Amino acid sequence: MIVEHATRSSRIGVALIAIALVVLASAPYWGDRQTLRLLAEMFTFIALASLWNLLAGYAGLVSVGQQAFVGLGGYVLFALAMLLDVNPVLAIFVAGPIGALVAVPVALLIFRLRGAYFAIGTWVVAEVFRLVASQISVLGGGSGISLPASVVLAMAPSRLMREFEMYWLALLLAVVILAAIFVLLRSRHGLALTAIRDNELAAQSTGIGVWSIKFTVYVLTAFGTAMVGAFIFLQKLRISPDTAFSVNDWTAFVIFITVIGGIGRIEGPIIGTIIFFALRQSFAGLGSLYLLMMGAVAIVVMLWAPKGLWGMIVERLGWQILPLQRHLVLRKDARGKS
Amino acid sequence: MQWLNVILQGVLIGGLYAMFATGLSLIFGVMRLVNIAHGDLIVLAAYISLIATQAFGMDPLTSLLLVVPVMALIGYALQRGLLNYTLGEDLLPPLLVTFGLSIIIQNGLLELFTADSRKLQAGAIEIQTFQLAQDLWIGALPLIQFVVAVAVIAGLQLLFYRTALGRALRATSDDQAVAQLTGLDTRHIFALAMALSLAVIAIAGVFLAVRANFDPAIGPARLIFAFEAVIIGGLGSMWGTLAGGIILGVSQAIGAQIDPGWQLLAGHIVFLAILAVRPQGLFPKVSG
Repeated sequence: MIVEHATRSSRIGVALIAIALVVLASAPYWGDRQTLRLLAEMFTFIALASLWNLLAGYAGLVSVGQQAFVGLGGYVLFALAMLLDVNPVLAIFVAGPIGALVAVPVALLIFRLRGAYFAIGTWVVAEVFRLVASQISVLGGGSGISLPASVVLAMAPSRLMREFEMYWLALLLAVVILAAIFVLLRSRHGLALTAIRDNELAAQSTGIGVWSIKFTVYVLTAFGTAMVGAFIFLQKLRISPDTAFSVNDWTAFVIFITVIGGIGRIEGPIIGTIIFFALRQSFAGLGSLYLLMMGAVAIVVMLWAPKGLWGMIVERLGWQILPLQRHLVLRKDARGKS
Repeated sequence: MQWLNVILQGVLIGGLYAMFATGLSLIFGVMRLVNIAHGDLIVLAAYISLIATQAFGMDPLTSLLLVVPVMALIGYALQRGLLNYTLGEDLLPPLLVTFGLSIIIQNGLLELFTADSRKLQAGAIEIQTFQLAQDLWIGALPLIQFVVAVAVIAGLQLLFYRTALGRALRATSDDQAVAQLTGLDTRHIFALAMALSLAVIAIAGVFLAVRANFDPAIGPARLIFAFEAVIIGGLGSMWGTLAGGIILGVSQAIGAQIDPGWQLLAGHIVFLAILAVRPQGLFPKVSG
């Protein structure tokens, strides 16, 4: 008997992912500027939703305050690029560790709150960050600030090259974050996380250090979220406290994506992002009615299909795109230790 | 004297926060539900009062006679029709469903009433004041609001500890399964608790709308104030919640006096400090 991760569907899935990656990486050769921008935006949402999914879906830490780290990342990028003349692309990678560093004291404080009160606690933290950001006058205070043209020009000489560079950066960020989550979930800690997802009390009784795993996941998520935030505001070229710490943009949409796609599944946020963008492209003209509809869809999904679209597919068809689940394979000529 | 005045105004606004907070802690106590749409429901009450004043020419305070029962009905229906289905071991469904609800209420109000700021006009009472001491004045409306808040909390306290409904609510809070075994219909009890919660925040919503400008987007900040007052006061204690509201109100007033940009920040910082030093709150009664 041996333990395997891969199934036939996951072998097909991995092959499909490889093809998709090649197609997406070569998008600058076949797509126009608008397509590239849309795809890059989708990558940032896949990354944000995957990180939130790790936090809420696996570690059971339902945060409605991840905008704290999106905004923090954005502000770190602006501060580094404008005040210290750091190359903005490099600043993205500095924003990650700073996000993680800030997350440590935040976690120590809000981990005192449990369950739903934890959720609102994360929101208070994001509000504190927003109010602090609006007090920093060198970064535009309450009204915000734009990135000077010289900083942008330093990235790449031509506008086209900059667009390409930003696109590849977005793809790289999303792929690295997804790969990191995948590796984490495949590891010993991933098994512990899945156990916590399924039943926290039972996980604790088997000797899993629930607190320290949750703490680690929270800090790692902040790392990734701050990097994505830095990228988002490099793309936007303008930052203000209200856009940087927007609960709608960086939490409501992200939760919607994860819930629709399938919470607690690595594939969920990817599927959810595709659905979210398809809906947005067709109904965004409706304005607030569109948001209202989104809220309603999220409620309906939560009540009737709490595992989301991908969860339903998994239950009905047993597919998995990425080989995560462990299962036993019985073979007469088992090569592994039986 | 200036500081005494600031603190006094903070105490009075604290009464309003305490009303926000009792609504929130009431339903958490009975069914362990945290309603993310709580703040938006407060704003909804303000808009219902706006309709009542505009359509029937009611005075805002008189409109309470209409707004309170309407909100209680909404609460009962919401709980029976939707939220009861989300309750269970898993924390995620109630959280996400009320989050969705919050988005629906916000954008529904935006669609119906636009993003314009509104305010309810209460007439002469708005500018009436009493002199407490030299240079120390107190507004009639803030005073009424504070007295009403204390009365609401005292009333809830009586209801909880002196009536059959209160006994049923406490029993359900202690152990849902056992409460059910003794013949209580917990679905009905939960719906009554939500009706009670929304009746309380209906009062708070109307006072909020008389006191200051409101628009569809201000709900989440009210949820946060309510939550902070609950945690500062300690879970499960109603008088503690009043103290929590007052502490929050006073902190904000002092912050605003130092620098207008510090009003909200000061409140949050006091909340975080109490969370760091005394996570169970100042007057806790139940644990988590």
